[in-house]
Amino acid sequence: MREINAQQITEVVKKLCIDANLYLGEDVLAAFDRGEKMEESPVGKEVFQQLQENARIAREEKVAMCQDTGLAVVFVELGQDVHIVGGDFNTAVNEGVRQGYQEGYLRKSACHCFTRANTKDNTPAIIHLEMVPGDKVKITVAPKGGGSENMSMVNMLSPSEGIEGLKKRVVEWVKEAGSNPCPPVVVGVGIGGTFEQAALIAKKALLRPLGQKNPDPHLAAMEEDLLTRINNLGIGPQGLGGRITAMAVHVLMIPCHIASFPMAVNINCHAHRHKEAVI
Amino acid sequence: MSAAIRLKTPLSDADVEKLKAGDKVLLSGVIYTGRDAAHKRLYDLLLEGKPLPIDIKGQVIYYVGPAPAKPGQVIGSAGPTTSGRMDAFSPKLIEMGLKGMIGKGMRKKEVVEAMKKYKAVYFAATGGAGALLAKAIKKAQVVAYEDLGPEAISRLEVENFPVIVVNDTKGNDLYEEGMRKYAR
Repeated sequence: MREINAQQITEVVKKLCIDANLYLGEDVLAAFDRGEKMEESPVGKEVFQQLQENARIAREEKVAMCQDTGLAVVFVELGQDVHIVGGDFNTAVNEGVRQGYQEGYLRKSACHCFTRANTKDNTPAIIHLEMVPGDKVKITVAPKGGGSENMSMVNMLSPSEGIEGLKKRVVEWVKEAGSNPCPPVVVGVGIGGTFEQAALIAKKALLRPLGQKNPDPHLAAMEEDLLTRINNLGIGPQGLGGRITAMAVHVLMIPCHIASFPMAVNINCHAHRHKEAVI
Repeated sequence: MSAAIRLKTPLSDADVEKLKAGDKVLLSGVIYTGRDAAHKRLYDLLLEGKPLPIDIKGQVIYYVGPAPAKPGQVIGSAGPTTSGRMDAFSPKLIEMGLKGMIGKGMRKKEVVEAMKKYKAVYFAATGGAGALLAKAIKKAQVVAYEDLGPEAISRLEVENFPVIVVNDTKGNDLYEEGMRKYAR
């Protein structure tokens, strides 16, 4: 059994919250470069240039790249040979979020559903905990903005709709989302499992770095086809018309019930924020 | 693409009537922030026939909830939020004399109709470019609803704040036009 102090979890979560909001990933910067070159619309090109400039300012001045610094979504892979000591795990994660959003000058966006009163420290974090073999803890913080998260959906399809039916639903959904989720977006698609599992893997699919191919050749081909169809919609950067509506489509799939064909879509805005660390 | 039109707030009917969907505009002068919770409060005051905390005649409202300012900063990151959530409140504000809205994302038919009827425009700023857009904000001061935190109404002084006209006073829509042009 390896002991890890709760304080260390807090420190790591705090740093990841700040880093994810200030420093745009290299994979996303590279996708901006590609997009800026490929985009045919002059306005669309200009949007890519603004996003590149925005990322530079955020990085150099150490400020949030977007005012919507999101709800703190925290994925944790906890090694089964790890023993957390010196405090409870959930409190440690939430304390990291509290400190990160305070010290990083990040916006606190969590509120009561009815009164809309702000919780003032961006907690509670959304924690997804998974137990894995080994004696390490992998923590990924993926701050999720409201604009893109609002453009999410779960569909319990009939198996008779087939792969083509599923693809049509994804493309129609991205079309309906239009300019709202801050295109050029990254589209996460979760297929299979149950209602809640489909939604969770749609979000998990977004964690894969841009430009990294899906290891499943069938899904890789599906991603390419979906990306082409989505980009043929013409929505373009910021919805102002153009070639690049999505920078990537990421699909994750798991088996489902013989009666079901669940499918979920979770869209990331162009910032595609996530940072990870292994303790 | 044509050069940007420079406009100074407050805006008149004549100012907004000459704008067309797709025009790039650099806004200077005073604009006010306001998003979900502030809109709800303004709307409720109007329904009760009470005065608003700000005079919105000729003004521009920017749908933004800024990030906190670091020491030495005027304002934290300040990009637009999704405008659709303000659709329920906007027609009434436009009727009261609001001339411009800045946000991102599509507006409902009722808002587009109100813009035509009462002469107002909807501008888009680049969503997610909050660090860049904050550079065009030279002064920021909370003027109402301080208790709402990031949702309070602030008076902003902006210089050459970059926006693009999405909906003009003739009913044109850049989102629809742009998509039509590039769809395959």
